[in-house]
Amino acid sequence: MSDAKRALLKKRYAAERRFRRVGLAAVGVALTALAVLLGSIVWQGVPAFTEHRVRLEVVLDEAEIDPDGSRDPELLAEANWAGLLKSALQAHFPEVESRSEKRELAELLSSGAAYDLADRVLANPKLIGTTTSLEALLSDDASLALRGEIDRDVPEEERVLSDAQLAWLDSLAERGLAREAFAARLLTSGDSREPELAGILGAAAGSFWTLLVTLALSFPLGVAAALYLEELAPKNRWTDLIEVNINNLAAVPSIVFGLLGLAVFLGWFGLQGSAPLVGGMVLALMTLPTVIIAARAAIRAVPPSIREAALGVGASQLQTVFHHVLPLALPGVLTGTILGMARALGETAPLLMIGMVAFIVDVPAGPLDPASALPVQIFLWADSPERAFVARTSAAILVLLTFLVLMNLAAVLLRSRFERRW
Amino acid sequence: MLFPALATIAALAALAFWLGRGRALAVSLAEGRLRARPNYYGGYVALWAALPALAATIAAALFAPAARGALLAALLAAGLAGAFFARRRVTAALNARVPVERATRIALGASSLVAILTTVGIIASLLFEAWRFFERVPMSEFLFGLQWSPQTAIREDQVGSSGAFGAVPVFAGTLLITLIAMSVAAPIGLLSAIYLAEYARPRVRALVKPLLEVLAGIPTVVYGFFAALTVAPAVRGFGERIGLDIASESALAAGGVMGVMIIPFVSSLSDDVIRAVPQSLREASLGLGATPSETIRRVVFPAALPGIVGALLLAVSRAVGETMIVVMAAGLAANLTANPLEAVTTVTVQIVTLLVGDQEFDSAKTLAAFALGLALFLVTLVLNVIALEVVRRYREQYE
Repeated sequence: MSDAKRALLKKRYAAERRFRRVGLAAVGVALTALAVLLGSIVWQGVPAFTEHRVRLEVVLDEAEIDPDGSRDPELLAEANWAGLLKSALQAHFPEVESRSEKRELAELLSSGAAYDLADRVLANPKLIGTTTSLEALLSDDASLALRGEIDRDVPEEERVLSDAQLAWLDSLAERGLAREAFAARLLTSGDSREPELAGILGAAAGSFWTLLVTLALSFPLGVAAALYLEELAPKNRWTDLIEVNINNLAAVPSIVFGLLGLAVFLGWFGLQGSAPLVGGMVLALMTLPTVIIAARAAIRAVPPSIREAALGVGASQLQTVFHHVLPLALPGVLTGTILGMARALGETAPLLMIGMVAFIVDVPAGPLDPASALPVQIFLWADSPERAFVARTSAAILVLLTFLVLMNLAAVLLRSRFERRW
Repeated sequence: MLFPALATIAALAALAFWLGRGRALAVSLAEGRLRARPNYYGGYVALWAALPALAATIAAALFAPAARGALLAALLAAGLAGAFFARRRVTAALNARVPVERATRIALGASSLVAILTTVGIIASLLFEAWRFFERVPMSEFLFGLQWSPQTAIREDQVGSSGAFGAVPVFAGTLLITLIAMSVAAPIGLLSAIYLAEYARPRVRALVKPLLEVLAGIPTVVYGFFAALTVAPAVRGFGERIGLDIASESALAAGGVMGVMIIPFVSSLSDDVIRAVPQSLREASLGLGATPSETIRRVVFPAALPGIVGALLLAVSRAVGETMIVVMAAGLAANLTANPLEAVTTVTVQIVTLLVGDQEFDSAKTLAAFALGLALFLVTLVLNVIALEVVRRYREQYE
């Protein structure tokens, strides 16, 4: 081999290694992006699963709470619970005397603490007249400070908490009075303007009702359409048109379905927007092509011998389809449906279009109640100015991703357990 | 009102099914063998109960929407009348399977029409609302105008009360963000696909391919949050350090994150088409002494090119229609610029900002969203049709 050829070969092998490395680097970049994305969300979201509480000895003075002694729940609910908590907190800091200082001190408590106290006393009115020990919820800013997430080098005027407030929090932490606890509220309450009180139950319930409507519409319609196209329909121009149409519909941007819902369901039919019913209908139209395509693939995978055997012993065409083909195709159909539902669960834009984007505190109890949905809640929280909402948003994303992982796992399990290879 | 009516019809149908089946069993004892299975007679009577009841409900809802009692009465009367009529017709000579199967066939066929109706509904509603928009704003201004500020004034006589609806800056912004997204997604997606299809060992492939597809399964609102709160500040901070002034809603951050989202669309479609290239082509090239990378570049890639183009077109269509990332991370003001460091707006962002909040169906502002929606739908439709056709032809070539 001449030197020139050897040099050429060397060059070609170098090019080979380079090309291979570039490919590997591309995979690496994609996986790194995934890792950074998930990592940043976990990193930001984990703090939202805990909240900070301060131990207070609350004097439940009867003259203050229930001067008449009537124990009427309505009157009790209106008592000055926040004032009682304020005095209890001041008891930890006897040196605080001026009005403005007292107000600053009270700002450390969350407004939710008063509701907790009221609930506790209403559940057990015998507590009135005694001193009860309570762990009162601290505000979102106090929580940030206790986590060390407030930069103390920033000038006082630009900080959410003053020097005095920071000093009080330090002192509470030092004395072991402030404690970090699991924030059950995040999972058990509805939306709120206060980050420390905001929870995702309302949004999760909204998503549940929406998906229920979507499933109830897109599963039967999708399976029926797939059965018709795959088993019954003649192969002609008309069915070709339907097929092309379904494939194109699957690639239409989701926001266009939102526009359709807005114009047709809200504008022409006059349905109530912001309800899971309409959201579910829009998402059903959106997922229908996915379900049909998956169902057709599953039905096509059933071998013709099954149909021939059924027809051979005298079953009608529809009996063949419903008694033999559909049951055998069902695992595949269900897998496709679950994946379609997972996509619908993460969809936001169409729901924005039909108005499922309002601030709703109550947990919706049915598909006609105004509701938001998990992804919409994420969108709303991401827009909120309070810093503590960043963690809240990330936590909501973690919950949403958990649901998506569970649905995908269910689909994978279904596929591996029940799908037959012929 | 809808749910009670539907529930009543369902209950009525169940009752009718039971009646018809019982009748058929009694008939079979008296007259001998039935011509169909007893359940078909149940289904026959149930259909005769449910369809008239449904028709009566729709009629009552159309003509007397307020009268709940009348609706229920009409529903029950029609359903029960149908059920008893059908029950009387149940004899051993009746082959109930035939009408029941005919009804089932019709129902299945009708279900397949829903997809067509959806398309018709999309086109009709977009055309109708866009038509009303173009009655107010000339189409030439919309398509060629350079000024986009859809804020209509509160008072009629105010200066500039009509707003400006020149959509060119919006289209240009969409194009810019799509270009940025594709310049991230196309090389990374394509090279990943080539690596996974040609170089990676089966075990690596089995691990990495699903991981890449996780990127496609993450909801777009999550990418939007990531773009707005993590990537955009980082890009801005980096720009500050090297002395560049980068907008906090720069096209670069939104487009870059969108590119990451689109990687799996490019990679998994390209992976499919690369693997569809017949092995004999590779073997011929390798047999002549080409290195694997030469084989890929000179044989596999050209052979797979139509399919790859299709995949890229589908990815572009995804990027153009993507909403949440740009709503959360791109700008609202329509700047006509090609500078990726500035904030631009997109068609989808404008649709969302114009429609969320007030929903007055008559203002040019609201209707403009439908005109933008029509443009978006047409562009993505054309991209999809071309892409699907290219991919389909390509598949046929090697099958």
